[in-house]
Amino acid sequence: MAAASASSSSPSLIDTLFQRSLDDLIRVLRSSSSAALEAAAIARALDEIRREIRSPDLDTKVVALQKLTYLASLHHFDMSWAAFHALELLPSTSLPQPRAAYLAASLSFHPSSTDLLPLATHQLRKHLAPSPSNSPAVAAPALHLLALASSPDLARHLAPDLLPILSNQSSNPLRPKAVATALRVLAVCPDTAPVLFKPLVECLSLSSDPRAVSAAIGAFCELALAAPDPSPYLPLAPEFYRLLVDSRNNWVTIKVLKIFARLAPLEPRVAARIVDPVCQLLRRFTAKSLVFECIRTVFSSLLDHDAAVRLAVDKIKEFLASDDDPNLRYLGLQALNMLGPAHSWAVEDSREVVIQSLNDTDTNIRREALRLIMGMLCDSNVVDICNMLIKYAIKSDPEFANEILDEVLATCGRNVYELIVDFDWYVSLLGEMVRNPHFAKGDEIERQLVDVGLRVRDARPELIRVARNLLIDPALLGNPFLCKVLSAAAWVSGEYVEFSRNPLELVEALLQPRTNLLPPFVRAVYVQAVFKILAYSFISFIEQIQAGESLAIGNSLNQRGGKQEGSDLVAAKSSSDQNNAFEIGDGVATADKAILFDSIEKQETFKHESISCLLNLIETVVGPLSECGEVEVQERARNVLGLILIIRGTQFWNIEEGHELTRDNKITKMVELMESAFSEELGPVSTNAQKRVSVPEGLILNENLSELLDILGDDDINPCASVSFSLRNHHSTETNQDSATAIEPNSLLAEHRKRHGLYYLPMDKDKSESNDYPCANEPLLPVSHGEDTEDIVKLPAQSLIPEKAKPTKPRPVVIRLDEGDGVSSSNLSTAKESKDDMLSGAIRDVLLRNEKKPSSTHKTSSDRTSQRRENDGSENSELISQQKESNSFGDREHGKSSSRKSRHHHKERIESSGQNRDNEEKSHRHSAKSSHHHRRHKHRQRGDAPLDIVPQSPVIQDFLL
Amino acid sequence: MGIRFVLLVNKQGQTRLAQYYAEHLTLDERRALEGEIVRKCLARTDQQCSFVEHRNYKIVYRRYASLFFLVGVDNDENELAILEFIHLFVETMDRHFGNVCELDIMFHLEKAHFMLEEMVMNGCIVETSKSNILMPIQLMDKAS
Repeated sequence: MAAASASSSSPSLIDTLFQRSLDDLIRVLRSSSSAALEAAAIARALDEIRREIRSPDLDTKVVALQKLTYLASLHHFDMSWAAFHALELLPSTSLPQPRAAYLAASLSFHPSSTDLLPLATHQLRKHLAPSPSNSPAVAAPALHLLALASSPDLARHLAPDLLPILSNQSSNPLRPKAVATALRVLAVCPDTAPVLFKPLVECLSLSSDPRAVSAAIGAFCELALAAPDPSPYLPLAPEFYRLLVDSRNNWVTIKVLKIFARLAPLEPRVAARIVDPVCQLLRRFTAKSLVFECIRTVFSSLLDHDAAVRLAVDKIKEFLASDDDPNLRYLGLQALNMLGPAHSWAVEDSREVVIQSLNDTDTNIRREALRLIMGMLCDSNVVDICNMLIKYAIKSDPEFANEILDEVLATCGRNVYELIVDFDWYVSLLGEMVRNPHFAKGDEIERQLVDVGLRVRDARPELIRVARNLLIDPALLGNPFLCKVLSAAAWVSGEYVEFSRNPLELVEALLQPRTNLLPPFVRAVYVQAVFKILAYSFISFIEQIQAGESLAIGNSLNQRGGKQEGSDLVAAKSSSDQNNAFEIGDGVATADKAILFDSIEKQETFKHESISCLLNLIETVVGPLSECGEVEVQERARNVLGLILIIRGTQFWNIEEGHELTRDNKITKMVELMESAFSEELGPVSTNAQKRVSVPEGLILNENLSELLDILGDDDINPCASVSFSLRNHHSTETNQDSATAIEPNSLLAEHRKRHGLYYLPMDKDKSESNDYPCANEPLLPVSHGEDTEDIVKLPAQSLIPEKAKPTKPRPVVIRLDEGDGVSSSNLSTAKESKDDMLSGAIRDVLLRNEKKPSSTHKTSSDRTSQRRENDGSENSELISQQKESNSFGDREHGKSSSRKSRHHHKERIESSGQNRDNEEKSHRHSAKSSHHHRRHKHRQRGDAPLDIVPQSPVIQDFLL
Repeated sequence: MGIRFVLLVNKQGQTRLAQYYAEHLTLDERRALEGEIVRKCLARTDQQCSFVEHRNYKIVYRRYASLFFLVGVDNDENELAILEFIHLFVETMDRHFGNVCELDIMFHLEKAHFMLEEMVMNGCIVETSKSNILMPIQLMDKAS
């Protein structure tokens, strides 16, 4: 020994004699007061370990390995370099050495990072072999290592070695461990199912050691939970049932319940059979873990059995009432979350507790309560609950306040605001959220403000009121979280200025001094909004004068008849006409009235002085911005100043009487231009718009575009050039250029659309529409009214709290475009299923074969199964394709309905819920069909198999019936 | 996979025992995970529940004196049963060491691992009897 260590270069005898033990190392680490000292100590220790571990003396080596294991496990140091040394210690006959080696290996080995794993195969096999020289003390860690670090190869090679332990009938302490290891081997290498599955099933039998049963039930629970389709485990239901009724071990009962929760939806008879035992358990047992599992089982799989649900809900109430145990309160809320809206009565029962839980000290409990409340939202209670939550958010801490806002925004915005009936309320709620002192959800509110504006025409008057309130408050300008919201508000104020009661006030708000606190990109939106409002005010003013003119004419005409009302009528009519210029295709009588009212008011506001005052204000504030360093702001500021210059250039200043005005061609022309620039409405764009455009033949999208210049004619390029030119230089040559900028994008767009109509959304998406923007209510005025009344009649019946469902006004039309999200996700899931199916397919084979030929040799059976797996594979693919078909069918239906949705939403909502139910039923039927399919397949197989086989599938039927 | 990992962490956030099942993590991933979990769980008070959602699984934890026992489990695992498991682990160690404390686990990390090995295999709980768990260790102690 001494000679050996002398001949090997590094580890000297001194090292061996004075080696520091693991305890020494721990003491040193504990005594090092600072992180730097500790790091130094560790570095020194690692140096020592590197030297010592190469020692030929196994005792020295094992201590070094122990120290390394300690450092690697608790201080995250790499020990993959020592893998070989761990393997070296495995064959040692002194018990502590292989155990230390196994511990090191099980903490550091993994097939993905350890190349030396195949070297361990032989030693593992030796330790697993049932011989008197092997104590369980080495077999147990060998199993542990196999369970933690088995590669597919290792699993395949060692699976037969697990068999003797697995099928050992005596109460061998290794048997439960072998069961757990077999589970891992099956997961890594499904090919081993023919070998391992039968002994696993045998472990469930009555004669087995209770520990083996417990481990086996755990293994089956994992298998059944992981399988995408647990139907292969249905034949084992009688065994599981026996355990459910007989077992006195809570752990086993919990696992059995988990398995049944998975099996019950597949087979109604199983559900019917287990209801009673589950209720018994619920009534009789006090162990909370078991009671909770029963509740979960009922809520997930036995919802059809009312008595069980009621019992479980009663238990939940006990959970929720336990003031001293936050765990039970949390779990109670979580379990309630499993109930769908169909059982909202359960939540309603515990309503007070749930709402109180929003105030809990534990964020997790609060979050769970919030999730629960949001899950209960429907269109009849959304107003009350959201109002309550928003008020609540003001009082709660910043983090949770924003979580509430997040949830409310997400739930209300879900599926294009499907829950919202009263958009006026929702828009003002958005405004209220901003007032929350902890508000930090600017991005989402910004999106929704603009989105509601685009989609819901009837919400615009309220929207602009909310925008005004936000813009006018100087206190909001300094808050960095709000600038996104203000940007949206500014955009809304510019885009829908025609609904504003006082545009001048808006301009003042947009130009207030504190706006210089805003970031440039928001400022740019502000300036652009000013531009739109200015254009609108000027047009209104001019048209008002023209209207006055026609009023004068009307007066002169009617003077003879002496009818004063007649003149009013004409005036009203002309002003409503004028407003129709902005309201393309507005057909709703009520909306018309509102606009009329507005316009009458506005006639008061647009006076000569007010316009000139407006111009002065804009000039003073926007003037300095034309020198602004930010291009966006600067450019838009110059646009505004350019418009003012044009307006000042006209003669309207000097005109007292309207009749001369009409002869000023310049003004009429300008008004026309400005009108056409802003009258076009913006609509939402489908996320799939681009995808839907089919690539025309002969167009290669990846082609190099350098040749484009040759292909395009001059006339295509010129307009672009003039646009950019005018943008840059309008300050010097404003008069014509500026109006050109205003009009050109539109005409260009129209022209472009004419030439390349292919690349735009189809103009006639709905047959009834002439416009690419779906109009509000117009085409179906009489029809939709009929439906509205129907809807109101139905509302109270549907609602959660009937007395609160007031007959609200009809839900305004919300424009929605079809979404393609569902398709991709369903594809994903099918792909996953096909991958996961390998194991359950293999297991199904084994189960069927077991039942047929309990005593067949491995060789022939594996051949057979491989054949059968081929069959199965084809069957699986058939199944998947079926599923795909049904998915695509659903999608198609969805698509159809969504195109209808834009026209009459009310009916659609009812229909769609019904349709969902249909789909669900369909899927149920489908799953039922598919399970039948399996069974039929089994029958067929039995028919193929020799005759001496006992028919198997009746076992479960006899048992259950 | 049932149990994904078992972690013992002291009040200062230092790891005292770490055993991962099934899921393989690199050293950096482990360091990050343990850091995140410690930050999430150690800040919680006694009045708060013992379950924390983390990434795509749950952490069930319980504090005994200066040590936190943290167990990562799949979402469908029964939280209360895991709490019982933690308690069983602590009781087992207590029976072996007698009034177990952090130092016992530090200086006998190997034994703590052996006990855990007896109780949990591949993320499944395979043994729940204290005497059965401790038998192999006692045999080994006698032999040495």
